[in-house]
Amino acid sequence: MIEVHDLSFAYPNHPLVFQSFGWRVERGEHWAIIGPSGCGKTTLLYLLAGLRRPVAGRIVVDGQPLEKPRPTIGLILQDYGLLPWATALGNVELGLELRQMGGKVRRAVARRWLEDLGLASHGGHYPAQLSGGQRQRVAIARTLALDPHVLLMDEPFSSLDALTRESLQNLVVALSHDADLTTVLVTHNIEEAVFLGKRILVMGQPPIDKAYLLENPLARSLDYRGKEAFHRNCEEVRRRVGESGT
Amino acid sequence: MSKRSVLLAVVVLLVAWQALALALRSSVLPDPAVVLAAFAGGLRGPLGIHIIVSGWRLVAGMILAVGSAVPLGLILGQSRRLDSLIAPLIYITYPVPKIVLLPVMVMLLGIGDVSKVCLIALILFFQILVVVRDASHSVRPELLYSVRSLGASKWQILRFVYIPACLPATLTALRVGTGTAVAVLYLAESFATRSGLGFYIMDTWQVFDYPMMYSAVVAMSAIGFTIYVLLDQLEKRVCHWVQAGK
Repeated sequence: MIEVHDLSFAYPNHPLVFQSFGWRVERGEHWAIIGPSGCGKTTLLYLLAGLRRPVAGRIVVDGQPLEKPRPTIGLILQDYGLLPWATALGNVELGLELRQMGGKVRRAVARRWLEDLGLASHGGHYPAQLSGGQRQRVAIARTLALDPHVLLMDEPFSSLDALTRESLQNLVVALSHDADLTTVLVTHNIEEAVFLGKRILVMGQPPIDKAYLLENPLARSLDYRGKEAFHRNCEEVRRRVGESGT
Repeated sequence: MSKRSVLLAVVVLLVAWQALALALRSSVLPDPAVVLAAFAGGLRGPLGIHIIVSGWRLVAGMILAVGSAVPLGLILGQSRRLDSLIAPLIYITYPVPKIVLLPVMVMLLGIGDVSKVCLIALILFFQILVVVRDASHSVRPELLYSVRSLGASKWQILRFVYIPACLPATLTALRVGTGTAVAVLYLAESFATRSGLGFYIMDTWQVFDYPMMYSAVVAMSAIGFTIYVLLDQLEKRVCHWVQAGK
């Protein structure tokens, strides 16, 4: 469970991005955060990942104040965040190596994840030799190999073509279901937010003290994209984002 | 570059040398065959000793430069505050031709190996420092965020991110600096010393022993070439990803 209490945050010598912002994510929930550019979506994700510290207020994860990155919180970024100098296998092994897991065991774990994500034959390839979709799958494998409880995603599919994006969205649904993950997705893509977020947080212009919440209980079923409720909710989110951006 | 093309370049050089020697018909430029015979004979005599002395000075200077410039470059690259303090000093001292410090070095460090090794190290130090600092600066924040989110400590970030990020630039700087280092070694050894190829070139020149003088020139070139090739091979071996990305 993630609790955000009276959160205030500003970058040095910049105005506040969040001001006494409160939020609560229950275990197993699937959130999408959407809003206009520069509204603080990514900042919120970095705060939840423990990569940035609030200037006031606090974030509590599973009852413990969040002060630095946690092994139970995984982060997937838009530009993959893969080490260019490590192979796909080396990248998946990285988190396990950082946790001092022995070479043979971590290699076996990494190979299994690459296999599960359809990358068995790409283990020896460097990121520069992989397509965008393959790179993002390596990044997903690297994060999930650490067995996190919470998966934070910052516009993970925005640089991919439509078909690859849909297939990876479906993959995330399947993997997060299997692993019983809590997911928080930051995106600027309305359809993606409505497909992946059972609860959608629409953020306005900073400083943010509250955000609009849209319940979207039908999300994450593979046939949802073709249903009327999907399009209705897309329209609703589009309208809310439009209002919040002005 | 293939071995065949290097061999072809050597043949072209030898043919050009032979043609020039035939055209000049002067003892100042002996035939390559005469020089190579003197070279082979000299290896068992003083030439061999001077090669070892010069080679050691060059390698020691390079090791000292890498050992001092890389850690400092990594520190400056990660600390904007420290870099802003030190950068003006580097900016002023970097363009100063360090060779003019040769007499000062000899007065301070003596006429032995130390002054020559330190002069070579000083010249390479600035070249390596600047590229390592700039390579550290250019590490994308997203890469750092993603590795930090996996739970990496500062030392692990240094090991898995900064050092590999700086490796290609460091080896390239060393490779490019080899020519400068050999030129500096020649000047340093032609001044207040009785050992090394620089001294031997001047010594044989003064007694008109041109075949042996050219042997020393060939030896000095061979040392520079060997180090250049070794660094090139090392770069290919430890920086696979650079080739993979091309």
